[in-house]
Amino acid sequence: MRKAFVETLTELAARDPRILLLTGDLGYLALEPFADAHPSQFLNVGVAEQNMVGLATGLAEADFIPFVYSIVPFAVLRPYEFIRNGPIQHRLPVRIVGVGGGLEYGTNGLSHYGLEDVAVMRTQPGITVIAPADSGQTRSAVAATWNLPGPIYYRLGKDDKAVVPGLDGRFELGKVQRLREGSELLLIAMGSVATEAATAAQELTARGVSCSLVIVASVSPAPADELAGLLARHPVALTVEAHYRVGGIGSLVAEVIAERGLRCQLVRCGVGSLPNGITGSQRYLHHLYGLSAEKLVETAMTAVRRDKL
Amino acid sequence: MTDGIAKQIRRVILDQSMRAHVGHIGSALSIADIIAALYGGLLRVRDPKDPKRDRFVLGKGHAMLAVYAAFFLRGWLSQDELNTYCGDGSMLGVHPEYGLRGVDFASGSLGQGLSMAAGAALAARLQRSPRRAFALLSDAECDEGSVWEAVMFAAHHKLANLIAIVDLNGQQALGYTDQVLSLQPMAERWRAFGWDVHEVDGHNVAALQETVTGLDTSAGPPHVLIARTTFGKGVSFMEGKIKWHYWPMSDAEYRQAVQEIEAKP
Repeated sequence: MRKAFVETLTELAARDPRILLLTGDLGYLALEPFADAHPSQFLNVGVAEQNMVGLATGLAEADFIPFVYSIVPFAVLRPYEFIRNGPIQHRLPVRIVGVGGGLEYGTNGLSHYGLEDVAVMRTQPGITVIAPADSGQTRSAVAATWNLPGPIYYRLGKDDKAVVPGLDGRFELGKVQRLREGSELLLIAMGSVATEAATAAQELTARGVSCSLVIVASVSPAPADELAGLLARHPVALTVEAHYRVGGIGSLVAEVIAERGLRCQLVRCGVGSLPNGITGSQRYLHHLYGLSAEKLVETAMTAVRRDKL
Repeated sequence: MTDGIAKQIRRVILDQSMRAHVGHIGSALSIADIIAALYGGLLRVRDPKDPKRDRFVLGKGHAMLAVYAAFFLRGWLSQDELNTYCGDGSMLGVHPEYGLRGVDFASGSLGQGLSMAAGAALAARLQRSPRRAFALLSDAECDEGSVWEAVMFAAHHKLANLIAIVDLNGQQALGYTDQVLSLQPMAERWRAFGWDVHEVDGHNVAALQETVTGLDTSAGPPHVLIARTTFGKGVSFMEGKIKWHYWPMSDAEYRQAVQEIEAKP
């Protein structure tokens, strides 16, 4: 996704000199194509994310469209109050770009994980929150939204190669992308862990579970009506996100179910405890926190069986 | 002429704080002369919506009443609008709201203003505009680490069109800065970070204006005025007193304060 993002932004910046890319000294072997193509639109501000967002606010007030780039927690959590009092309060087109949503930084540990970024960003009014599932969707999501008024948060994955089968680069603001239609189980996935959800859906189908799979990349504005329609015709829904269970799309779906009075059993798959004191690859951690395709199948089978009792 | 503006600003601060029964009076009085210097000539703002105008950020947003007073004197706020200060449904809160005519940037959380001003200065440079960006910080605001991120950035990028003013009154909400968290030597600290430092009397409007007018804002390092001020300046019983950071005035205190302000030239 990182490569797709940088390529897309490099193309856009050639057409629009208002686009600037600021980094908090991260993006080695990722941002160079932009920096080489548009040196006057690129700035490494140093390891100072609060200042980076403050600068972007000042730049955006003067008509620039600054993209500020870092790893998720450093892009979102460290300067969160600057984002809130800056681009959000001023309704300015600053783009916060967080790379490595979820557990992608595996062995780097908790400091590098992005497990609450969607939660804190989606509480803020007026910010668009976009979490693409793969590179193709990243391209179309950035192309469709870069020029929107107001601030945007892009939550990107590090993996450039992973593809969610059937997604084909689709993205529409405020909509879900439907990948599979069934009737017994609805899988709702956000971010790069959608590849696990897609594998799980395939396996569940093979095991005779009629399941639907949708991707939520447009977290804010949320596809609430569309989700409500889908939830109303499935007895069981499973949300899949590399994020804490609280505050992400699991919570978003729970809000839709509760507010619309729907009869749908919800199971939220996400990180449910502090990922501290144990390390490993993303693959290992996904398995540990129930987000691998295999674990998702287990969880889904249990939920579907329980529903049938 | 601008000394007269400072006196009028002080009078508005007293009248509105009394009417709304709110505090932050001492902090606003502390910057009355700096605001008079800025809005009495230094800031190149004919129309507050003109993109070519100088930008101003009040880092110490809690002293915004002094700036509302300047907006009023510039004709950007009517007396009726000014009289809504801290009222229900008003845009004139304690801290500046973005959207109010004349406010370039909202503030209220200390330590964010200088970064926004640095962004405004950088924007001007990228757009090859001669406009400048000013940020007025409180001394205790420099407790915030983010201030020094911006200080480093501005020096590294030689933002000559960035002018910071530090209101060095030596006080903060709960005590004197020397006792809470020492900031001395303030001027040396900024100099060590590569800024062009000027130590000035923060209550001498003419000196403030002369200093800023003499700055080279086209090339070289960013500039900072370390403005020595007295907290609560102009009202004897408020000067240097911690309680006037938050305390509102009684009727008797208001009468005495007005008398003192009006008695001065």
